Amino acid sequence: MTTLTRAPVRSPEGLLRFAAPQQFYPLAGRLAPWFAWAAALLTVVGLYIGFFVAPTDFQQGEVYRVIFIHVPAAWMSMFIYLVMAFWAAVGLVMNTRLSFIMSQALAPTGAMFCFVALWTGAVWGKPTWGTYWVWDARLTSQLLLLFLYFGFIALTRAIEDPRRADRAGAIIALVGAVNVPIIYFSVQWWNTLHQGASVSLTRAPSMASTMLAGMLIMAIAAWMYAIAVALWRVRALILERERHTEWVGEVLAAEAQTQGRAR
Amino acid sequence: MLSAFLAVLRRDLLLSWRGRADLLVTLAFFVIVVCLFPFGVGAETNQLRAIAPGVLWVAALLASLLSLHRLFAQDHADGTLEQLLLSSEPAVLWVAGKIVAFWLTTGLPLVVAAPGLALLFDLEQGALPVLTLSLALGTPILALLGAVGAALTLGVRGGGMLLALLVLPLYVPVLIFGAGAVDAYLGGTGAAAHLLLLGGGLAGALALAPWACAAALRIAME
Amino acid sequence: MQWESWSAFWQMGGAAPYVWGSYGVTLALIVAELVLVIRRRKDTVNRLLRWRRALGKDVGGSQARMESVE
Repeated sequence: MTTLTRAPVRSPEGLLRFAAPQQFYPLAGRLAPWFAWAAALLTVVGLYIGFFVAPTDFQQGEVYRVIFIHVPAAWMSMFIYLVMAFWAAVGLVMNTRLSFIMSQALAPTGAMFCFVALWTGAVWGKPTWGTYWVWDARLTSQLLLLFLYFGFIALTRAIEDPRRADRAGAIIALVGAVNVPIIYFSVQWWNTLHQGASVSLTRAPSMASTMLAGMLIMAIAAWMYAIAVALWRVRALILERERHTEWVGEVLAAEAQTQGRAR
Repeated sequence: MLSAFLAVLRRDLLLSWRGRADLLVTLAFFVIVVCLFPFGVGAETNQLRAIAPGVLWVAALLASLLSLHRLFAQDHADGTLEQLLLSSEPAVLWVAGKIVAFWLTTGLPLVVAAPGLALLFDLEQGALPVLTLSLALGTPILALLGAVGAALTLGVRGGGMLLALLVLPLYVPVLIFGAGAVDAYLGGTGAAAHLLLLGGGLAGALALAPWACAAALRIAME
Repeated sequence: MQWESWSAFWQMGGAAPYVWGSYGVTLALIVAELVLVIRRRKDTVNRLLRWRRALGKDVGGSQARMESVE
């Protein structure tokens, strides 16, 4: 794994070229700021719509404005897990190192969104339900998703050999992805038996179109943010993994130069 | 084809029989955890009746979790695992053999002991077969899922806690349907739906988990 | 415009702790994540530079240049 991987014998054509860490590293560096700026811009627009255009909810009052981060965070946390599992599967099938690095770069951001969804859900629950936590199906499956993220992160960090860490992480990501729908279904079933119909946080039909617009824009912003952060994290992981190669040596030399100039 | 499965099954059963004191520890753990609950929540009969299915299921879940590390550790230490992986037999078969032997030695005693413990909680007599059946269907799923986790964390530092972190979220559906079966029976709605879902889960886990476990073992031994 | 004044905006119709508590924690987490991610790359670069120098590998002649700057 850590042997010299210089001089790619044949460089694949087209986009697949970027599957090589050496090609992807500069590409990620160029792309990430664009995504970050897009995220910042969309957040400003989304929050402007959310706070200044969208009307007060006639039932919940102003509290509902938590929706503009709660729902995008919940969506992203689930979506990122699926993307993670997708990259894990690609890595196992195609044996590409970059895919594993991608899935590991996404995990902390996914866990962060998962926690945000839980936190905002709980804080929103206090004025709505009168308690911070109810064992509502959505909140409960979100909590279990957070545990799945923790498991993935802990496993990939605990194994020292990167090759084994990649593949073991990929397997647990896939097992988790198979289980996510089962967990969601079972929690829903359990919830209806024990609690009766739960209060739904997102009453989609009664939502004003400006509310929906703000929420969707915030969701796209969250998406852009996740991509930007993942790309940045991928860069650090690539350097770490490829430290024995010549091209990393060149990258480091360039970095040392700019550091020297900065002094 | 089946010979690899049977050979490993027989070998593992024999080894467990020789070290049967270890198996008693799992069972004793199960019994003690169950007996702790009345001290915690009070010995009020109605309350005990209400929590009995959940308590028994959670205790069974923890007991099978704590015995998981034994599944591959010994074979890993003495090199048997490497030999098995190098052999020409399909890994899925002997992995399945190991998991079945593991369930027979750690899961089955829990299933047998559970009705007796349920009497301590004054669980209704009619619910005892439902409890036993739900455990008989559910604990093999726990063993199958746990085997994947045990293979992934084989030889990893802090493996025990890590294994719990990996496996416990996956156990939640089993817990819901297992304890739910008994609750549904007591509630008068009948446990058929829960038990069918548990059976379906067992079939799915039987089909998928040995593959995932074999793949995980190969990764761990590379 | 939804609000009569900025103070009305900050009060959020009496739901200020819930709304700003949610947004505040989210903002803090995002800032923390960004800082960690950017610092992580810098740390990796510095660590690998030290590692390369310790191995006696050439890091592009920047050492000499840096010394002359200092």
